[in-house]
Order: sequence, then C-alpha cells, then structure tokens
Amino acid sequence: MKPIFQLFLTFLKIGTFTFGGGYAMIPAIRRETVLTRGWVTEDEIADSIAICQTLPGAFAVNIGILIGNKVKGWTGALAACLGVVFPAFVSILLVLLVLGQIDNNVYVLGALEGIKAASVGLILVTMYQMGRGILKKRIGVLIAIVSFLLIVFLNINAVIAIVFGGIIGYFELMWAKRKEGREKQ
Amino acid sequence: MTSLLGLFLLFFQVSLFGFGGGYAMLPLIYQGIRELGLMSAAEFARLVALSQITPGPIAINAATYVGYRFAGFPGAVVATFGSVLPSILLVLLVSHFITRFKESRALVGILQGIRPATLGLLGAAAVFLGQGTLVIGSQPVPLAILICLAVMVLALVRKIHPITLTILAGIAGAFTIR
Repeated sequence: MKPIFQLFLTFLKIGTFTFGGGYAMIPAIRRETVLTRGWVTEDEIADSIAICQTLPGAFAVNIGILIGNKVKGWTGALAACLGVVFPAFVSILLVLLVLGQIDNNVYVLGALEGIKAASVGLILVTMYQMGRGILKKRIGVLIAIVSFLLIVFLNINAVIAIVFGGIIGYFELMWAKRKEGREKQ
Repeated sequence: MTSLLGLFLLFFQVSLFGFGGGYAMLPLIYQGIRELGLMSAAEFARLVALSQITPGPIAINAATYVGYRFAGFPGAVVATFGSVLPSILLVLLVSHFITRFKESRALVGILQGIRPATLGLLGAAAVFLGQGTLVIGSQPVPLAILICLAVMVLALVRKIHPITLTILAGIAGAFTIR
C-alpha cells in the first residue's frame, strides 16, 4: 500500500478512537507510528508530542500533520489530517441527522443532561490536573485568576486572556533574565 | 443563513488561540457563536455533550456542528476547514524552523504565560457549561450536580477513563433526569 493511504488509514483509526481530549491517544499514536509503521523513532515521537502539545489547535490534528509531513511531505500531511478529521466530521453530521428524529424522547434528553453534567465535572478535573503541573509560581496563579475573571465577569474575549498571559510570561522571563545578569556582575 | 466567511474566521480564530486542549477552546467557541448571534447557552451545552460522545477532537466536532447547524453542509465543511488550517500552517512552519523554535527563549516565556491563562479558560468553560446544566436560571438542578460531583470523584480517585464516565453519566441521566 502506498504510504499516503497508510497515513490516511492510520490517522483515520486514531481519529476514530479519540474521544474528547487527544492527549489520551498518546500511547496509541506512539504504538502506531513507531512500532507498527516505523515512521519515526522513539526520540522523534517524544519531540513531536511535545511540540504539538505546545502549539494551539487540536492535538490529534497537529500530530497527524507533523508526522504526515515527515513521512511524505505536504501531501502526507494532508492525508493524515483528513484521516483525523473525517470521523469527527461524519459522526457529528450523523448524530445531528438522527437527533433531529428523536429530539423529543425523554430518555435521550435525560441522557444528554447527564452527559452535560459529566462534561462540567471532566473540565474541572482537567483544570485541577493541569493546574498541579503548571502553577508553580505565584505569577502563574495570578494569570489564571485574572484570565478567568476577565472572561466570566468582564465578558472579555478569551483571545485577549491568552494574549495577556503571553505578554506577562514574556516580561516575566525578561525580568528574570535581567535579575540573573545583575547578580552575575 | 450565516455567512460562510464568518464561520471560517470564527473557527480559524478558535484554533489559532486554542492552547491547552479541546476544553480550553470552549470559551472561545462560546463567545464566538454568541457574538455571531448563532446559538443559546443551552444549545452550546448540547454541542459540548455531543462532542464528548462522538469520535474525534472536540474542536473539529464543534466546528462541524456549528457549521452544519447554521449553514448546512457547506457550512460544516467551511467551519471544519477553518479549524484545521491554523494547524496546517503552524505545524509546517514549526517543522521548518524546528531548532530555532526549540531554542527561542522569548517563545518559552510567552508559552509559560499562556499555560496558566488556559487554566482560566478552563474555569470559564466550566462556568459557561454549568449555566444551563447544573444551574438553570437561578435554580440548581440537584441530579445534575450530583452526577457532576460523582464524575469528579471517580475520575480523580478511581482514575476511570473519561469516556466511560461520560457513558455512565448518560445512562444515569436517561433514567433519572426529567
């Protein structure tokens, strides 16, 4: 089979078994790309995962494009990207079509309410787990609280909160560097 | 019909500033669709629920949902393309400048500031979704709150997989919430 189809199929599989967060797919992505296909080495996949976690956008999409590009240039990137996106796209269309028919069913509505409630819980759990890893400095706690308040209470666009965090992070690093420089003198 | 360009730009922006995973993108999506006057908080919550139980990244599910709901099949394609394009551009750019990307100190600083900001976004996502789910108007919904707490405990203490918890919560909701 041509590599371009292999890329499409491998990432189709990864896209199909990704539910919610793509990070849960890391072990499967490693297994498929390193062991099954031999597209990348262990070191390369560790690097790729780190880079794709840093970049904005959907993680599974990012890693598909990165590995596809490594294997077969931009056509490979496109094939892998299509593979990841396809199941998400089709399943939502199917659900919308089916849901239109059973929208008044009390069990379906109840199940959706239960899933919504679970989503709130899962978001809070993710926040707690990420916070434990990220919040090591007081400035980080401050950025997190301020960005929350900006969005929820002042109704400010979340993009501004992200940009605000980036700017503070930049100046904090520059300030730390200057302090370091002064101490050396 | 919502303009296709509007849909494209909305999801392009969501993806471009969507640091920290799918949940952290939810406030961006919510504010975007509110600005375009596209959907209510209740429908946003439904979008999130459906994204949870369908395969694929939340950002893609959400783009397809919003696009289809407001501009049919072309809308679904355009919104999904919008959410994928920043990934294509950024990943290809980064793989080109990989060494400089890893060594850039300015970038390290910026990312160190963005990471805690995404925690604020997660908090906002929980609030936006909680309104209309755990609390409707100013009325708390006891069963929904109970399911939410149970999910948190099971995820943290018993380390049960999120999709398993989502399915269990769906079953619990189907037979209790009316």
